[in-house]
Amino acid sequence: MNWKTFFAMLSRDAHVARRNAIQLLLQTFLQPLLFVFIFGKVMVGSGYMPAAYKNLLLPGIIAISMVFTGIWAVAMPLIAEFQWTREIEDRLLAPIDVAWIAVEKVIAGMLQALIAGLIVIPLAWLVLRPGIDISIHAPFTFAAIILLVATFSACGGLALGCSINQQHIGLMFGMVITPMIFFGCAYYPWSALKTFPIMQKLVLINPLVYASEGLRATLVPQFSHLPVPAVLGALLFFDILLLVVGLRQFEKKAVS
Amino acid sequence: MAVGVRTQDLRKVYNSAPPPGAGGGFIARGDAKGSKAPKVQIAALDGLTLEVVPGEIFGLLGPNGAGKSTTIGILTTRTRATSGQAWIGEHEVSSNQSAVKLLIGVVPQRPNLDFSLTAREILTYHAAYFGIPSKIRNDRADELLEKFKLTERAHQMVRGFSGGMMQRLSIARAMMHDPQVIFLDEPGAGLDPQTRILLWEIIREYHQTGKTVVLTTHNMEEADALCQRLAIIDHGRMIALGSPQQLKASIPGGYLLRLRFGNQTAALLDSLRALTGVREVRAHDKNHEGSSNQDGAIPGIDLYADRGGSLIPEIASVAANANAELSDVHISEPSLENLFLHHTGRSLRD
Repeated sequence: MNWKTFFAMLSRDAHVARRNAIQLLLQTFLQPLLFVFIFGKVMVGSGYMPAAYKNLLLPGIIAISMVFTGIWAVAMPLIAEFQWTREIEDRLLAPIDVAWIAVEKVIAGMLQALIAGLIVIPLAWLVLRPGIDISIHAPFTFAAIILLVATFSACGGLALGCSINQQHIGLMFGMVITPMIFFGCAYYPWSALKTFPIMQKLVLINPLVYASEGLRATLVPQFSHLPVPAVLGALLFFDILLLVVGLRQFEKKAVS
Repeated sequence: MAVGVRTQDLRKVYNSAPPPGAGGGFIARGDAKGSKAPKVQIAALDGLTLEVVPGEIFGLLGPNGAGKSTTIGILTTRTRATSGQAWIGEHEVSSNQSAVKLLIGVVPQRPNLDFSLTAREILTYHAAYFGIPSKIRNDRADELLEKFKLTERAHQMVRGFSGGMMQRLSIARAMMHDPQVIFLDEPGAGLDPQTRILLWEIIREYHQTGKTVVLTTHNMEEADALCQRLAIIDHGRMIALGSPQQLKASIPGGYLLRLRFGNQTAALLDSLRALTGVREVRAHDKNHEGSSNQDGAIPGIDLYADRGGSLIPEIASVAANANAELSDVHISEPSLENLFLHHTGRSLRD
């Protein structure tokens, strides 16, 4: 393992992310913050939604921001670099095993997802306050969950980015990302689906469900949520699955 | 110490369209067994064995789809051979990728510069991937930018660079980690003559520091001017190997006269063969070997001889005697193009 190469690639990604910081911030936070404003502020303020909804909404918004950032940060550059600019070829020729190049992309994506989570918490809190009642009750569980969420989003980005053709990016959003967000229990707790029993079972294949429920369990445990061990187990399962699939797809793309 | 390159019986069969810039485009056969999705197999390399001597400039010459880029792809770890082996120095490529990558520099056929970085950053990050300390990589980047006349654009993003500038920067990047073997896939393609000559100088200069250069080209002039030895490949096989001089000397006679007659008869061919200085006469019918003009075979006669223009009056009188009017003449002097034609019956430009 060639650590110098690995860290040089990480520093290249950090450099590029810094250069595109404003664009990244806008694309990551605009949508969740608008959602927070409309549902947490306008709807609650006008009385159409109960005040407690603010607290329910925040963990979901964090989950969406992290997952979206991680997927986006890995998948979009990969699609462009493999198919359009082919700029990844320079790194494929660096003296390191190609699988580590994919791992580097995952680490870079995870870091961006974690940063997104850390930024959206105070931002959403600022928009939603007053009347927000959130605290980290189990710091280690919370840390484990956000790490697992960051990992699955970056690995998901790797798998998607290496599987999707440039001309199908629109389809990826329509068919994968949008349903994932709406059926991800981010805007409502999983228990709210109990009136739709089949759907309640079906959404369990959506990893975002465990991200939202896990964050809810650690930030606002007063609401009903999936049991924490189940959340941790499922997130770990998706992390490994998506990493294996992603690495396989990456190597397929890298070597013809 | 210079490093050589070797391949042993390389074969590569693509199960789908080969990636752009990686040859292919022939021996396509669908599975005729009536499966729903016929699998198209494209053999890009068909048992290629070659050896590049340490410290030489070696050229792979052939038409598009001959397998040149696939060969480079396998030697540079980017393509997996279906069978056969390849070595860079002592390292077998597929089993020793990281060691191989340390030894080689690659200039791709199509620019693949990092669009998120400036010209100078492209060079310094590339060197960083190779573990070169920051002081050295900064100095070397400035030096190469100067040499390739890119200093003024050093801090600009490469998105707006012209094709020639991108090509120059690609070569500078490949030289950043001072590789022992440099691979250039069609280095002169799309460059104006002036830039091409600058490029040739740079390649020669790099070679003089004891490095091995492997390049592909379908440009005769480039192969002739630059390469010490050449392998001519077609349909994934080597059809000739030697220095440009040796190869040109191997063409019977050297001169090629492509003739066309109103009426092409066997008697006419015999009388042409009897002319002094004529070494070989080949006729191309419209249905020559069952392939029409698809192969680039022009109906007519190819005549290899050791003189050119001075044969024309004699050919014209032979034609008059045989009642076959001479309708078209094209004379080419000894060249690699003629050699390729001689071996394949096709022009390199097809």
